[in-house]
Amino acid sequence: MGPFLVRRLLVVVPLLIGITFVSFIVISLAPGGPLDFLEGESPDLSPEVKKQLTELYGLDKPLVVQYWSWLTRLARLDFGRSFLPDGKPVLTKIGERLPVTLLLNIVEMLIILAVAVPIGVLSAVRQGSSFDKVTTMFVFIGFATPDFWLALLLMSFFGAQLGWLPISGLRSMNWEYLSFWGQQLDFISHLALPIVVATFGGLAGFSRYMRQSMLEVVRQDYVQTARAKGLSEQVVIGKHALRNALLPVVTILGLSLPGLIGGSVIIESIFAIPGMGQLMVQSIYARDYPVVMGNLVVVAVLTLFANLFADIAYGFVDPRIRLGGRRGRR
Amino acid sequence: MAQRARGEIRAFGRTFVRNRLAVGGGIVVAILVVLAVLAPLLAPWDPNKPDTRRILTPPSSSHPLGTDQIGRDVLSRVLYGARVSLAVGFVSVGIATIIGILLGAAAGYHGGLVDAVITRVVDLMLVFPRFFLLLAVLAFLKPSIWTIMVVIGLSGWMGVARLVRAEFLTLREREFVVWSESIGASAARVVFRHILPNAMAPVLVAMTLGIPAAILTESGLSFLGLGVQPPYATWGNILTDGKDALEIAWWMTLYPGLAILITVLSYNLLGEGIRDALDPRLRQARVGRILRVGR
Repeated sequence: MGPFLVRRLLVVVPLLIGITFVSFIVISLAPGGPLDFLEGESPDLSPEVKKQLTELYGLDKPLVVQYWSWLTRLARLDFGRSFLPDGKPVLTKIGERLPVTLLLNIVEMLIILAVAVPIGVLSAVRQGSSFDKVTTMFVFIGFATPDFWLALLLMSFFGAQLGWLPISGLRSMNWEYLSFWGQQLDFISHLALPIVVATFGGLAGFSRYMRQSMLEVVRQDYVQTARAKGLSEQVVIGKHALRNALLPVVTILGLSLPGLIGGSVIIESIFAIPGMGQLMVQSIYARDYPVVMGNLVVVAVLTLFANLFADIAYGFVDPRIRLGGRRGRR
Repeated sequence: MAQRARGEIRAFGRTFVRNRLAVGGGIVVAILVVLAVLAPLLAPWDPNKPDTRRILTPPSSSHPLGTDQIGRDVLSRVLYGARVSLAVGFVSVGIATIIGILLGAAAGYHGGLVDAVITRVVDLMLVFPRFFLLLAVLAFLKPSIWTIMVVIGLSGWMGVARLVRAEFLTLREREFVVWSESIGASAARVVFRHILPNAMAPVLVAMTLGIPAAILTESGLSFLGLGVQPPYATWGNILTDGKDALEIAWWMTLYPGLAILITVLSYNLLGEGIRDALDPRLRQARVGRILRVGR
């Protein structure tokens, strides 16, 4: 396990540097530099803000120097300050938003796993049955449904027409007057619609993977052997096949995290949930560049570690991976 | 060789036609392209012309899909929106495919350091949630249809690069490649003449599945107001207007969303059908990954 962990961790360092490099390229994309662009967007830009920007990014210096000074500040976890009047440090702003986004994404993943695994297994075991056909149809529709459209439809139906669920924010106006359990219930009811929307697309993808993975596993010899020695079908599928079929799904779970986090941009914006996605969009509207850049770096670093975690978990459950050196990426 | 190719195409056609869902998807895609191209002829009204006497009118015979807040015809806007969506889909996937083929071929053919560097770059790009990256880039650029096409293309080539690299790794060991190298064929000839044509099948599938992913991305960006800018109608920005009138004008939300759903669904069915017919061995998992990463 040791060498395997070291190999995995060593890859992280160049990727971390790469993340800062790509993010820096993004800043330098603006024609004539971010300052000119900002001036074009808001001509009444005060000289102070301009000076602050120039200092912050060392805009009067060559690109290499700019990148290096940015990098050294990042290494000290100094992401600069927001341009907005509150002038908070970028990291504080992100820190305020991060828990909600993480909570949303973790709950989504758990729900996706809990629902998609049984669906995938059942449709693989009964390949070609009407259950399989219905779920396949659901998968295609799930892939094709724009999440923001689904969000609007659900808001309009459950929120506006039926009035069952709140459609924006995380707390009701009267939150402070509710009992402890009332507050929890209120919080959950606020999260209900966003989570349904966010899970929908992912659910389709995962049940598809699970089905596929299961179909591959049940063809293997050891499954035949298990059958041949007279084990019940339940044990063969539930124990021998399922365990092996779950392995690739662990990796895909990690790989799909960027998609889920990316999805929270739209979902948080629509449902007015104060998470990182909403912060990103608000900062872009407000041209609050330090926050935009900070957000991009933080999200990429989070994804990197989530992937790493999935990788290590995979190596942990499957000795072939950690002993085989390189993981066969299909 | 020519005869064999013809035989393969015929075999492909036979398998494809048997897949009714895929054929259906293909027909719908063809209809959508025709509708988009002929939108100026087909649209009953000017999509950008306000009409203050007909604000938020429900669907009727003169406005089959109703009108919006400033009296523009929703049907005409949805038709014009199809032009934007399909154009963005085609061009951005074209850009992504070219980059993906070049980098994937270089990595798979050269191996060694080139491969190591390109593989790391692919890994690096995949660490960024695509939507965040796109938003960050668009924060610094003036949004226009061209910018959108380019940035979606530039952020979506990794899947193709991986596929092409994998194909090259296996193909370059094959006899016909080794032979042509041994009789002194240039590297360019070997790559473009011998290896690439044989590696195109999965790329074609990835392209067909990449278009709907790009369309979803574009409509999401436009919905947030960071994509193609008004007054140009796109499915995403019709939905933005629809959001503001959600409780009184359901038709503004329902129809553009359905248009996206039908388009994406048809492309996906078509793509999966092409994949199954091209090569039953092309695994779901491989192309499925692209679909996922694309979103």
